[in-house]
Amino acid sequence: MKREKIADLWSFLILLAGAVFMIAPFIWTVSTSLKNQRMIFDMPPKWIPDPISLDNYRDVWGQSPLLNGFANSLIIVAVVLTVGMLVSAMSAYAFGKFEFPFKGVLFMGLLGTMMIPYSVVMIPQYIGFSTLNWVDTLLPLIVPGLFGNIVVIFFIRQYLQGALPNDLIEAAKIDGCGFFRIFWSIALPTMKPALAAQAALGFMGIWNDFLGPLIYLHTPEKQTIQVLIASMQALYIGQSNYPMIMAAAVIAMVPVIVVFFFCQRYFIESMAISGIKG
Amino acid sequence: MNAKLTGYRRKELAWLYLFVAPPVLGFLLFGLAPIVFSIYISFQKWDMLTEPQWVGLGNYNDILNDGKVFISMYNTVYLMIGIPIGMLLSLLLAILMNRKFKGISFMRTIYYLPVISPIIAISLLWQWILNQDYGLLNNYLWDVFGIQGPNWLGDPNWVKPSLILIGLWGGLGANMVLYLAGLQSVSSTYYEAAEIDGAGAWHKFSKITVPLLSPIHFFILVMGVIGAFQTFSQIYVLATDGGPEYSGATIVFYIFQHAFKYFNMGYASAAAWLLGVMIFIITLLQFKLSKRWVYQD
Repeated sequence: MKREKIADLWSFLILLAGAVFMIAPFIWTVSTSLKNQRMIFDMPPKWIPDPISLDNYRDVWGQSPLLNGFANSLIIVAVVLTVGMLVSAMSAYAFGKFEFPFKGVLFMGLLGTMMIPYSVVMIPQYIGFSTLNWVDTLLPLIVPGLFGNIVVIFFIRQYLQGALPNDLIEAAKIDGCGFFRIFWSIALPTMKPALAAQAALGFMGIWNDFLGPLIYLHTPEKQTIQVLIASMQALYIGQSNYPMIMAAAVIAMVPVIVVFFFCQRYFIESMAISGIKG
Repeated sequence: MNAKLTGYRRKELAWLYLFVAPPVLGFLLFGLAPIVFSIYISFQKWDMLTEPQWVGLGNYNDILNDGKVFISMYNTVYLMIGIPIGMLLSLLLAILMNRKFKGISFMRTIYYLPVISPIIAISLLWQWILNQDYGLLNNYLWDVFGIQGPNWLGDPNWVKPSLILIGLWGGLGANMVLYLAGLQSVSSTYYEAAEIDGAGAWHKFSKITVPLLSPIHFFILVMGVIGAFQTFSQIYVLATDGGPEYSGATIVFYIFQHAFKYFNMGYASAAAWLLGVMIFIITLLQFKLSKRWVYQD
């Protein structure tokens, strides 16, 4: 027993040292963002700024339409997640719980899409969306997401296999419950934990997405928060105005970190589960 | 009775096809059609302003004669060195974390924080930390070890190691969680049996833990390679125009520049196709090879 305790202690100390390395860049970012530009050249590095000033945040906010950026990112996330998750849940239910002709072929075809790198389809997609005059709108970033996502479908299908007994569906059928009502009032509530996990991951993925928004959005007022933040770097790096850049980085990080702290369980569980099943 | 059943079944089938239609339609519209279209434009010279011009294999020929393709390919593969290093470190972390003591879930959160953070913000903060003159890292290298730190993102020899370092920091938490889940599913009977046979800690690690986790090694490796082939955002921020002597440019960065900076759509599609085929072949190869080393129960 005593040997176990010593091993615990050593593990804890090593992990703690590692954790310091993991967290230090974040703390340094926040600290820099609260300094004025002259103070960043101080040596040795000062972790606690004196005086603490929020000026950089005010300036960054005034410099760029960040509020629009948040709104745009939020619109994409909200629409894609609500419609996309529902659509994915519906097809996961059909694929997971029923037999129908061509089921295997269709499912394998969809799984194949996971293999297609975005860089291969981004050019033809861009050409297609530009003939529709959708460039510089949010539509190219929203519309493809409305058709569901194969990773989510796969995950929920796996989940349903264990969580929703076929007998329950059969019993509901016998009671005269229609197909859609069985889905809506029996299957959908069963999926809730799996849906929450995938929604948490989806939020992170869409919010942090960069290449797609970078290609399509050109007017600052129409850009997502990530694209705005990235363009801010070009603005300030010439003057080495790191406090401003760090303030921008903090603004970009805060929403995901807040969501993460509230839904931590879902994030980590779904990462682990999708890894093992995959 | 029978007729009524088939009536119900027919209705059910209609619902089922309706339910699976959106993703199938999405696949046709945003997956298959673009792929086919992209083969077609890869044989053309097209700037999206003037009429497309058929050039046959001209684009492919030009790509193979452009030294920058090979540099960006080399860079992309170079960055994959981070995958095995990351696997080893995150496995070690997971083993340390696979214990019950206070504060463990808080610790897990900290390691996971970089995983959920936007890559743009992460790139910006590392750009500052790796600054040659005033960056945190070089400051401490000098103060603590008396080492004059390199110009991390400005020296062609150090750009890729810097990117690997950032990637390791950003990815450890994700792989650690995967390994942790794997460790928790390994039955303790294996270890008990090994202990009876007198196996030491190293033997238990190398003969039980590592092989039993092979499906997870495989998953991380496959996803890691596919992901590494598509490295883009951090390059866009940290290696403007590909970095010094193009030392940071990846293949997707190369494609992006040709498509959306020079509007060389045909050429960029040809390059994207080569990348797609390469990812496909390598992934297939990994699945074939996996039969030799991945343990299935």
